[in-house]
Parts: sequence; structure tokens; C-alpha cells
Amino acid sequence: MNWLSQVWTLTLFNLRTIPERKGAAIAAAVGIAGVVGVLVGVLSIAEGFRAAMRVTGPKDVVIVLRKSADTEMTSGITREEARLIADSPGVARGPEGPLASAELFVMVNLPKRSTGKDANVPLRGVEGPGAAVRGDIRIVEGRMFEPGRNEVIVGAGAATAFAGLEVGRTIRVAQSDWQVVGVFTGGSGATESEIWTDAAVLQPAFKREGFQSVYVKLESPEAFDTFRDALTTNPQLKVKAITQADFLAEQSTMLTMFIQTIGIGVAGLMALGALFGALNTMYSAIATRTREIATLRALGFGSSPIVLSVLFESLAIALLGGAVGATAAYLAFDGFQASTMNFQSFTQVAFSFAVTPKLLIAAMIWAAAIGLIGGLFPALRAGRLPISTALREV
Amino acid sequence: MKFLFLIWGNLLRKKLRTSLTLLSVFVAFLLFGILCIIYEAFNVGVTMAGADRLIVTHKTSLIMSLPVNYEQRIQRIPGVVDVTHWTWFNGIYQDEPKNFFGSFPVVPEAFFAMHPEYVLPQDQKEAWLRTRTGAIVGDALVQRFGWKIGDRIPLTSPIYPREGGDVWEFEIVGIYSGARPNTDTSGFFFRYDYFDEARAYGKGLVGWYMVRVDHPDNAAQVAAAIDAEFANSPYETKTEPEAAFAQGFVSQMGNIGTILMGVLGAVFFTILLVAGNTMAQSVRERTAELGTLKAIGFTNERVLALVLAESCALACLGGLAGLAAAWLVAQAGSPVPSMLPVFHLPPQYLAIGAGLTVVLGLVTGILPALQAMRLQIAVALRREG
Repeated sequence: MNWLSQVWTLTLFNLRTIPERKGAAIAAAVGIAGVVGVLVGVLSIAEGFRAAMRVTGPKDVVIVLRKSADTEMTSGITREEARLIADSPGVARGPEGPLASAELFVMVNLPKRSTGKDANVPLRGVEGPGAAVRGDIRIVEGRMFEPGRNEVIVGAGAATAFAGLEVGRTIRVAQSDWQVVGVFTGGSGATESEIWTDAAVLQPAFKREGFQSVYVKLESPEAFDTFRDALTTNPQLKVKAITQADFLAEQSTMLTMFIQTIGIGVAGLMALGALFGALNTMYSAIATRTREIATLRALGFGSSPIVLSVLFESLAIALLGGAVGATAAYLAFDGFQASTMNFQSFTQVAFSFAVTPKLLIAAMIWAAAIGLIGGLFPALRAGRLPISTALREV
Repeated sequence: MKFLFLIWGNLLRKKLRTSLTLLSVFVAFLLFGILCIIYEAFNVGVTMAGADRLIVTHKTSLIMSLPVNYEQRIQRIPGVVDVTHWTWFNGIYQDEPKNFFGSFPVVPEAFFAMHPEYVLPQDQKEAWLRTRTGAIVGDALVQRFGWKIGDRIPLTSPIYPREGGDVWEFEIVGIYSGARPNTDTSGFFFRYDYFDEARAYGKGLVGWYMVRVDHPDNAAQVAAAIDAEFANSPYETKTEPEAAFAQGFVSQMGNIGTILMGVLGAVFFTILLVAGNTMAQSVRERTAELGTLKAIGFTNERVLALVLAESCALACLGGLAGLAAAWLVAQAGSPVPSMLPVFHLPPQYLAIGAGLTVVLGLVTGILPALQAMRLQIAVALRREG
């Protein structure tokens, strides 16, 4: 028999005998399934959140904030500054003037559906071009708010995450009633977590004179440098410009980093635990088969095919466990609707957990690694068994 | 007791297997400890909240300010013992948002009257009262940035620029510590009078009020009275117990408790299986031996106890070592001070963990132990290992 067919025969032989050791094999597989399940589950939160904080399409939407501010909440832009920004070079123009929207960004207390407790829901006051600046805002139910009236439209994410935002209902904010007249989609998941109204109505309600940010659409993504330089060299302005994509990515770093650190840390420790389980399983599989292996060696099987066959067995158990864990995590977590407070913006972002193919592949690599390491040392021991003493062993 | 050597001998028989099982139990309890630390870090606001303290915020949301003269009006409400205000300053150190920490202008004397959990030496307190631009900082913050008394700390605030300039400069005049190990000492406090005079906007407005009531039983009633006092004014209020406020804050992040419990459940289930399987296996291998023990007069109960003691010893040894390691992790301090300023493993979690090690030992041992107990001597002796 040549080397390859030796490996093949032995591996098949090992796999066929797994049912005899099913207790140990199941324990090892479940251990690895647990690791993969936790890893995929926790990281799907980070993936989902990151996806909610991403805009698709060209990078031609720019946010202008006060120079020292990192978030819209802490920023401030005066009326005069907003006018100067809208008239800067590089800003696209529509039929009614520059595509720039000076906006107000505040938060209101609304009960979260899942907990029934108040949460910080973002409320945005936009100007006429607000939707056109972002390009892909669509009303999917009801209608747009009418300027000058106490009317709001709510993002699709906000409508599902928070109570009382159905079209036709009214919410009480800042001592007046606001009617929900429509639901919109578009922008990013973060945008869809917001409630929108007319900036001019929101200003007096929140006792604000100015704005907090200006959203502009550029003539093209390449116009960004021109636009930014025009703002920074203008002595009347103390502002900074950042593309919406970069701004959202920056806003999501803290939370995704945090979840990833915890997820990988916890899964890493668990993997260690599962590794010990796998090692135990494989060592005892070898121990109970000492005589059998020695017989095989005496029959002429080489020691490297025996090592490989043990490795393959361990790998097979690990991959099976990993597949079970990944499937369970996918069924349990993918698309799970949640909302959390983004630490950086201090407001709620509605998102859904995302078990991405990338995550599943990473999880299977973890499972394979545990299986290989867990099988390696027992396999080496099996390969090194001295034939004569092993045969004599009872 | 005299069978201790027997248990010990059994554990040492397969050293590799015993140490692998020990390690997996160790890892499980280390993980348990760390998850407890994280849970505690998120909920510290709730556990540390004063039962007799209320927090008064603007009804619409926390970011809206309240007039400073509400202080006198709240003070006049029956049942109110003390009142003071805080404001969110959002100070940024060295222009680097990563250096984030909480910074607040407060009124020094009222602040200490309201918050006995912050402890400042008397002479430093006096220095703060003398120094208009003085600030006090917590232990944790001092550790993080290596500050000392006398240092000048420049902060910028995107919300409150200073009149005629951007940078606020503060002098550290005191370092406070926490009255309890889980007090948050990551805050930066400075004087409201200096802040109000120098800020470019928002003069006369503060963030929220803290109120102490004469008795926790009156808290709900006083809260209602405060909200009624300001109903239909331009600044309506929302008053709630400090613990409820903190709880609300935690629940905004989503259900952290459930997620942690889910992870813990998965971990324990996994370890239970791994350890339980190993235990069962080592008992199976010793069938003949256990038969011998019974033949020489060991009772069923004694054999049961012997096997259980072995599994419990394994679980406790590994588990307690894991908890000790988690405790060491807590001592090392938070790896993410800007997010989890309090990093502490309270003794009650250690006690729960210790209890869990025994439970784990019993659960993993019970099946093999019962098997061993029910062995029939003749059958066991006839079987070859």
C-alpha cells in the first residue's frame, strides 16, 4: 500500500470507530460548537452595528461641524456661518439654490419597545434640501412633513425600535405635540434611527438660535479638497469638514472596538477551555486504542499515516462542532433587531445583528485550529508508540 | 479524612488528563470572574446610587439645561434636605477624543454635602475653596495621566467655549478618593462660579440637579412635588431616584445582563460537558478497582462519596484558581478607562463563584458516582480494565 492510501484507509477506519467513543467525541464537538456560537454571536453585534453606520454610494456628502466638536451633539454653527458654508465653492446646486442643509441635532426621551424604558432618541431638524443632499431618502409610508408645522417623519429603524411612532400618532416633545406623518428609509442605519422635522420649527422649541451642523452635497467627490480648503482658509469660520462616510465610521469605532475586544476575548478564553476538552478526548481515544495502533504498525502501516489519521479525526470532530455552532448562531442571531446607545453620539442607533460570511469563515478557522492543535499532540504520541511494548499492554 | 490520600492518588494517576480538566475549569471561572467585572462596571451607577437621592433633569432630554435659580425653588419643597447641580462640560484633553473623561463644574461645598462617596483631605478642600480655577481629580484619573497636585490642565469644550479664547486652564488642587472600592474616581470637577463667569454661552444654566430627601420612603412623593412645581414652565423637569436614572442609562445600551448570562450559560454548559465526560471516563476505567474496594467492605455511600469528592476537588481547585486570577485582573485596573472607569470584582460575586465550583463538582461527579455506587461486586471484578 502506498503512503496516501495508508492515510486514507486509517482515516476512514478512525472515523468509522468514532461511534464507539461517542461520549467523548460529542463532548469535544459541543465544546467547539460553544466557542463558535459565542464568537459568531457576539461579533455579529459588532458587524451589525458597523453596517448600520455605513453609507453606500459616492462620498460626496460632507458634514461641517464646529472645529472642536467630534459629534453633532456638541457642535454649534451660527446662522451666518451656515450661509457662508452653503455658498462655498464645490457645493452642488439644485433648482432652488445650493444643496446644503443647516441642521439641528437634539435628542428626546421616548420609550424603547424592548425595555419600555426611556431612551435617547435622536431628533433632527433639517432644511428644505436635507433629503436631496443625502440623495436616497424615500418616504415609504405617509408623506413628508410640511415646513413650518409641528410634524415629523420617522426613520424605519426608529419606527420599529421605539414605541408610539406609528403614522398618525403624536409625540409630546418640548411642551408641544408633534404629529407623525411619514416613515422614511435611506441614508444609513444611523439615519433611519432618527426622527426628522423642519429645522425652523425645532429651533424655537429647543430654544436654539443657530444650528449644529451643515450637510452639503458636493459637485463631485473630488471637490472635497476645494470645499474643505475654502472653509479652513476663511477667517470668519471656525469649522471642520468631514465626509459623511468618514464621520459615521469614526462614530462607530468605540462601540465596535469594544464589542470586538470583549467578543474575541471571551471566545478566546472559551477556545482555550474547548482546546483542553479536545486534547482530553483525543488523548483518551489514543489511550484506549494503544494495542490497535500497535497492531496496525506491526502490519506495516507507517507512523506518519497514523499521525495524520489522528489529526484528521480530530479535525473532523472540530469542523462538525464548528458547523453546528455556526448554524445555531446564524439561526439565533442573524437579523435580530436591536438598538443601543452609541457612546460617541450619546443617542440610540437601531440596527440588526449581522452574521456575515466573513464571520462564519473566521469561526470555522477557529474551529479548525482548535481541532488541529487538540489533535496534534495526541497524534504525535500515537505515532511514537513503541510497537513491542504497546502490543503487550492490556 | 483518612481517604484524602486515596482521592489525591486517583487525581494524580493520569496527570495529563487531570491537569487538562483543571485548566478547562480554571478558564471557565476566570471567564465568570471577568464577566462579573464587566457587569459590575456597567451597573455600578445602580449599585452605588443613594437611596435618598433624586436626580432632576429637563423633561425633554438630558442635554437640555435647567435654570440655576431652580436650586432655591427645589430647596423650599418639603422633604428636600439638600440640593446641588451638575453640568456636563465635555472637556477634551490635549485635543485627543481618546483621552475622554467626565468633567463637570460644581459648587464645592454643596457637592461634598451631597456626595459623601468622594473623599478629599480637608486641606485640599480648603485649597479648592481658595482657588477659583482649581479642580479636583479622582484617583483613577491621576493614575491614568500621571497628574499631581499643582499641575495645570488645559481642557477645551466643544459645548462651552471660554469667552475670548478656546482653552480653559485648571489647576489641580486636590485628589479625591472613593469611600468604597467601586466608587467611580474618574471624574474631573471644577468650580461653577469660575465656569459661569467665563463661559461664552449659556450663562445661568446648569445640566441637572441632585436632591437629597429626608427619608427614602418620601422619595416618590418629593419627586412628584418637584415635577409639579415646574409643570407648564418653560423648563419642565423629570425627577427620578438616582438608581432608576442609572438603570435607565444601562438599559439604553441594550440588555447587557441577558447577553452576559447567555455567554456564561454557554461557557458553563461547555465546561460541564468536557469535565463531566472526563470524570465519567476515569470512573469507567476503574470499574474493577471500585469493585475491589466494595469487596473489602466499602459501603455504597462511601464509594459514592469518594467519587463525588474527587470531582468536587477537581472543580474547586480549578475554579478557585480561576476566581483568584479574575481577582488579579480586577486589581490590574481597567484596560479601557474611558469606557469602564470602575473595574472591581465585588466579594459577593466571588462567593457566588465559589458556590458554583461546588455545584459544578457535584453535577459532573453525580452520574459516574451513581454508576460506581450501583456496581455489583461480582460483575465489576470479572471485568477487565
